[in-house]
Amino acid sequence: MSATAESVQDRKAALKGLGTSRKRVEDARFTQGKGNYVDDIKLPGMLFGDFVRSQHAHARVKSIDTSKAMELPGVVAVLTAADLEPLNLHWMPTLAGDKQMVLADGKVLFQGQEVAFVVAEDRYIAADAVDLVKVDYEELPVLVDPFKAELSDAPILREDIKDETEGAHGARRHPNHIFTWEQGDQAATEAIMKEAPVVAEEMVYYHRTHPCPMETCGSVASMDKVNGKLTLWGTFQAPHVVRTVASLLSGIAEHNIRVVSPDIGGGFGNKVGVYPGYVCSIVASIVTGVPVKWVEDRMENLSATAFARDYHMNGKIAATEDGKILGLWCHTTADHGAFDACADPTKYPAGFMNICTGSYDIPTAYLAVDGIYTNKAPGGVAYRCSFRVTEAAYFIERMIEVLAIKLNMDAAELRAKNFIRKEQFPYQSALGWEYDSGDYHTAWNKALEAVDYKGLRAEQAQQVNDFKAGKTRKLMGIGLCHFTEIVGAGPVKNCDILGMGMFDSCEIRIHPTGSALARLGTISQGQGHATTFAQILATEIGISADEITIEEGDTDTAPYGLGTYGSRSTPVAGAATAMAGRKIRAKAQMIAAYLLEVHDNDIEWEVDRFVVKGAPERFKTMKEIAFASYNQAIPGVEPGLEAVSYYDPPNMTYPFGAYICVMDIDVDTGVSDVRKFYALDDCGTRINPMIIEGQVHGGLTEALAIAMGQEIAYDELGNVKTGTLMDFFIPTSWETPNYQTDFTETPSPHHPIGAKGVGESPNVGGVPAFSNAINDAFRAFGLTHTNMPHDHWRVWKTANDLGLHG
Amino acid sequence: MSKQTITLNVNGKSVAAEAESRELLIHVLREQLEITGPHIGCETSHCGACTVDIDGMSVKSCTVFAVQAQGKEITTIEGLGNPDKLHVLQEKFREHHGLQCGYCTPGMITRAHRLLEENPNPTEEDVRFGIAGNLCRCTGYQNIVKAVLAAAEELKQGENVA
Repeated sequence: MSATAESVQDRKAALKGLGTSRKRVEDARFTQGKGNYVDDIKLPGMLFGDFVRSQHAHARVKSIDTSKAMELPGVVAVLTAADLEPLNLHWMPTLAGDKQMVLADGKVLFQGQEVAFVVAEDRYIAADAVDLVKVDYEELPVLVDPFKAELSDAPILREDIKDETEGAHGARRHPNHIFTWEQGDQAATEAIMKEAPVVAEEMVYYHRTHPCPMETCGSVASMDKVNGKLTLWGTFQAPHVVRTVASLLSGIAEHNIRVVSPDIGGGFGNKVGVYPGYVCSIVASIVTGVPVKWVEDRMENLSATAFARDYHMNGKIAATEDGKILGLWCHTTADHGAFDACADPTKYPAGFMNICTGSYDIPTAYLAVDGIYTNKAPGGVAYRCSFRVTEAAYFIERMIEVLAIKLNMDAAELRAKNFIRKEQFPYQSALGWEYDSGDYHTAWNKALEAVDYKGLRAEQAQQVNDFKAGKTRKLMGIGLCHFTEIVGAGPVKNCDILGMGMFDSCEIRIHPTGSALARLGTISQGQGHATTFAQILATEIGISADEITIEEGDTDTAPYGLGTYGSRSTPVAGAATAMAGRKIRAKAQMIAAYLLEVHDNDIEWEVDRFVVKGAPERFKTMKEIAFASYNQAIPGVEPGLEAVSYYDPPNMTYPFGAYICVMDIDVDTGVSDVRKFYALDDCGTRINPMIIEGQVHGGLTEALAIAMGQEIAYDELGNVKTGTLMDFFIPTSWETPNYQTDFTETPSPHHPIGAKGVGESPNVGGVPAFSNAINDAFRAFGLTHTNMPHDHWRVWKTANDLGLHG
Repeated sequence: MSKQTITLNVNGKSVAAEAESRELLIHVLREQLEITGPHIGCETSHCGACTVDIDGMSVKSCTVFAVQAQGKEITTIEGLGNPDKLHVLQEKFREHHGLQCGYCTPGMITRAHRLLEENPNPTEEDVRFGIAGNLCRCTGYQNIVKAVLAAAEELKQGENVA
């Protein structure tokens, strides 16, 4: 029997299914320069579009003179709002229930705003023509500080809605106010804040930053007037949603629009929304009758497409004297820029900020978020996170540290004392979520042991003594973080984007010779879907992952899906894949039973075949079954072997992790150096450990960037100060540390394969770990909290403010 | 603006292109010569996605005018290997998961190739310093560094065998 046992193992290994560090199928084309990104698309007669953008943050547009530009040879058209208005395309809806100007309609509201769209024969002529468009502006007072938005002398930004007292998310109390969103029990929480033995309070600012993928945003629109069909290629994280929006806006029937996301050079949330460039390329192609390409440059990407974060989070946390947390209170002022273009499910104007009770059993909590208009670029996208969960995780992980200081308690011990215990899952949080599963204490203890936490604290104490004694000018920070994510939106009953329920989908076709094609409603931007979804399917249907092609991103062929962001691909489309696979297997079972001349119930599944119970020598492999499904008439069974699943998840998934960062800081220069970073992730069932580890490395490096320097900064006139990669920090290989990864595995009880998603965890958990390390280094000298980004100057300033420079 | 004819040697082949004096090499490569491996990531010479090799030096091709490349030997990712015989770096990037979205990869491999030509025995520090002109947003560099070191090792062994 050992031979049989071995062969089962061998057959299982040959599938390259779940849990295998399978090498990526995408890499052949990418390593050979044969990727196909939007700017690689070249069509006969294609024109190039380029924007005239506002240099002012707030100004009235008195006139636009395009005549000089039109005289330039090679210029085909210059579009302004006046040209788009007859088509009702001068404004467009945002994902957050607001509307946004496609081209400046009477005024501009942020620096870099799209004013006119030049279409020319090549990109150089288009750029020349941009300079020839004359715009006459009347400058207006600028609002950059959201805390000044409702003062009596504040300029009113959105004149189009200044008299509307109701917005998409309820009452508006001022023309510059967008919404107030409240969760939890205000009265009970505020009572606790008055009565509790210990209350710690802090204003935590998570600064404005930007996803900045290596590839900027762009599109190629091609209107085929002969057949009445529009094809749109572009950097879309949600191609089906783009198709529906394009149809609703343009009036072109949805079956006559084909949206294609080709290879995407990173997204990180930047490519979820709809941008004026997409709309203008479509209109320009309709107007000119030839394909039109628009690809933004980096400065446009950083200054005009969707930013992330910019949350001013005022917090209070109450506890007993021995550190049992009693309540959490948070008021957030959210700077949304000139239009509310957040990428959040409709019912969640502040995303999942109400996951801000984190990993802790906090019985009472209250959250209020006020959205505010300012003269800055619109956005508020989930930069490698699930709808504001990064802000929430940063907030609670800072508040825990602030509370530990107030209690004079070790921050690791305070966390362990308040974790939701294993037996409390499924856990109902005070702010409305049902956490599916977790084992926080096990993960935490593993992390503390892995880094020798006690040893590190002893070393740190010694170093503080040495510093005080003048023996060293360096300090050491230990950054702790235990985060809980909330990912995988749906369910449809809670989550929609522009009314489209957040399900996802998979369609499978098994070919006669037993290989397969599966198409999904998601789209990879580097996550390796073609590799990992084939692995899920391989385990479900017993066909090697190497014989399964995964396709995404073409709305003419892929089933409808809501796309890839918020770590939703594995929790939702991954579940759809498993469920569609199970439909294939159910039909295969009927076919196998017929071929084996036994009842359906007398056979059982074994890796890649159905075997007659008690007679292991009698079986039919999936390949044999596939062939039979096409070449035999099987009574009561349709020919072929195909299945579709549209999956509406019953709940979200809650990945978690324990991160510890050890940082050495030079007090005199403010230079910090990551000595060690340990990252334990629990993403439930692990599909491809190699890809998980790669995702963790990448997400941590984004977190490093955000925590240590990456910022979209404005001056008081609304000028973008960080418009190029010279000013906008992206760590190089030289500045990036090596990371030590680890895991525990707590499957999701409601997901078909128990997987939870991982891509965004390292960004969510990494930022507090890095920031806590900086803050922790100065704890012994009286620092409670200092804001990110912790660049060298700010760290030096912190040390200076604490009197550490003598 | 008037165009002039330039002759370049790209990946071992002599090719002609028509370029304005202000036209960047990356645009001529991508739009006229259909060499789309090198990508555009910033147009200000920070990101390195457009890295090519010119006469034995790594160059960001958004930083040079096409006319400056007249008569030069240019190697892009397309010239390093082919589907029948990949370059060791191409194999090692796959083996060590040194790429995700793939956008920086052609420039990164082209740069790593030059680095290993100049220094066949790099330390991890040498690699990290040597590729610091090429940004990546997906990988955190750890596996890229691993892949380059593994390629160096294999290239050395290949030489020893030869």
